[in-house]
Amino acid sequence: MTRLETPRNARRGPSGSFGAFMSRRSSLMPTFTALAILLLLLGGAHAYFGNFVTPSNLSALLLDNAYLLILAVGVTLVILTGGIDLSVGSVMAFTGILCAKLLSDGVPPIIVVPVMIAGGALIGLLLGVLVQYFDVQPFIATLAGLFLARGLAFVVSQSSMRVEDPAILWLQSERFRLGDWYITPTGIMALLVVAIGVFVTQWTRFGRTIYAIGGSEQSARLMGLNVARTKVLVYLISGVCGGLAGLTLTAYSGAGYPLNGVGTELDTIAAVVIGGTLLTGGTGYVMGSMIGVLVFGTIKSVISFMGAEQSWTRIIIGTLLLLFIVVQRVIVARSERGH
Amino acid sequence: MKDILKHRLIWPVVALIALIAINTATRPTFLSVTVRDGQLYGSLIDILRNSAPLMLVALGMTLVIATRGIDLSVGAIMAVSGAVALTIIDASATPNSPATVAVAIAAAILVSLVLGTWNGFLVSVLGIQPIIATLVLMLAGRGIALLITGGFITTVNSDPYKFMAQGYIAGFPFAFYVSVFAVAVVALVERRTALGMLTEAVGINPKASRLAGVRSRGIIWGAYIASGALSGMAGILYSSNIMAADANASGLFIELYAILAVVLGGTALTGGKFSIAGTVIGVLTIQTLISTITFLGVPPPVSPVFMATAVIIVVLLQSSRVHNAARAFVGLFRARGEPPARNDTANGAGTATDAGAQSLGDTPERDDTKVAR
Repeated sequence: MTRLETPRNARRGPSGSFGAFMSRRSSLMPTFTALAILLLLLGGAHAYFGNFVTPSNLSALLLDNAYLLILAVGVTLVILTGGIDLSVGSVMAFTGILCAKLLSDGVPPIIVVPVMIAGGALIGLLLGVLVQYFDVQPFIATLAGLFLARGLAFVVSQSSMRVEDPAILWLQSERFRLGDWYITPTGIMALLVVAIGVFVTQWTRFGRTIYAIGGSEQSARLMGLNVARTKVLVYLISGVCGGLAGLTLTAYSGAGYPLNGVGTELDTIAAVVIGGTLLTGGTGYVMGSMIGVLVFGTIKSVISFMGAEQSWTRIIIGTLLLLFIVVQRVIVARSERGH
Repeated sequence: MKDILKHRLIWPVVALIALIAINTATRPTFLSVTVRDGQLYGSLIDILRNSAPLMLVALGMTLVIATRGIDLSVGAIMAVSGAVALTIIDASATPNSPATVAVAIAAAILVSLVLGTWNGFLVSVLGIQPIIATLVLMLAGRGIALLITGGFITTVNSDPYKFMAQGYIAGFPFAFYVSVFAVAVVALVERRTALGMLTEAVGINPKASRLAGVRSRGIIWGAYIASGALSGMAGILYSSNIMAADANASGLFIELYAILAVVLGGTALTGGKFSIAGTVIGVLTIQTLISTITFLGVPPPVSPVFMATAVIIVVLLQSSRVHNAARAFVGLFRARGEPPARNDTANGAGTATDAGAQSLGDTPERDDTKVAR
């Protein structure tokens, strides 16, 4: 417990001086940069278009990116342990088309949803076991996962399948309103996943073990932390997130499509990195990944507002990603010099 | 016999031969090559021809992986290169003149060189992790290619350009000569000069090699430039094959296939020792596998399942846990008949080197960010 207390005290102590605060929590810097960029983007877009920052637009931002947000939480955990997960986009496609197929076969949603999540979890478990027990590099193991899930999606169905089940569509169509603000059940689901992610990483033994493994796996093991279980679990959780994202996306698009989410793994990793998580592991925040996803979503909607080609999204995201990794390099270099 | 079994290319070769044997058993025409109009036809020739883009990309990837890096941007570079070449040919008044095509190809390779230089700059000068540094271009590259083609799939009619992937010289496809030429050049430069040894030194231990006076920055940078140029060439072959620049489909997933080919060929992702012959065998294995899957009537979209299975089997065969289990299993049988002492030492030595290789790959990975700086 003492281990958990120290950072909080440290955070409260120097609250008078922003400089001292930043020097102690230098890992927060990239996340703050992301937040600043998000505000800058929103402010700039509002000034340019005049009607960008409206409740309905911001609500739509969450709605449109709910699946990405869910994926980003799972990927953040994996990256925090120093691994990487390339399989999330395919797992999302696989579970999504599985959902559509089972529903069209007349299976009730109460069974379909657990089956989807179990499907994602199973792939995640396989990848975790490959990484932990067979010493396969995360990159290669999850690459196999990418191929596997994508192929399985096509095994389930080779064409797009409509979803007509009212319970699944309700997840998307229902709007809880507060003035002009609204939120759909999928949005609530995404926020819930983020909340759980924040809680788990910051306030549980499991979460602190994730950070410890990312910092130094060897040390974590010598400290007696359960490295093996934690590493398998993060991949499993990422798989579960893939399943949930599949549900969200299927509800969002009203159909399952085996080619859904090609390249989503890159978008997710980009969002996580933009949110301030270091790919070397050990540093980063689930909250930061949420900011990263919002930055991503804002850029996408700014580009569609401008009526410009969507190919610019990728170019701008690539440029932002570059900016962030250079910032992170500088921070890491500075903190190393400090020690 | 023992020397042959111990050769590090033995498993990749066995896998390829097994694959060919399965193919020959299921379709007797697989090995037959016929001559029509002075050109060779047959499944084997198709495999040689279709494997050319992957061969070029995988060669570059081998060099990059040998320096402990990875290049995810190869597919995007292919897309950009194809887009540049076809846009130039499309805009020219004389698409059929060899000069136009030469200019287009030169421009495409030049752009690819620039992109490779950019990757190398990020990795070797700024010290950014290779996965992320090349991810930038992987994300942005296709966007750039789409901008070049204006969002359309540019199609052209140009006989000299078409010749690149579809032409024949002395019976063999021209693309085959391109890949043989590339393999020969890379093999000569890496194996007949000290460059290959220096590359391995950088990959095995960047810090030690720098202390020993190896200019690691230039070597790493060069690997990415080579990878960029080879990908550019692959992009030209790809677009020449379909005579269209499709920014979204060109080289899609090829980075994954290339990495797979390199790993199949026995080059570890942790860098260091690399095998060009292994990569060649890896590429041919993958292409044969693709051809087999297509022949078996599996719909192409489902084929990733087979790829994934192949990857999982290969990585499991390489993992020390499976090695140990297999040794224990073999030991169980040997212990009854033969004198155990000799076997124990042999087994022990094998395990030790294996464990050594594993830990070598495990620990220094993390400090490569520090060292590269």
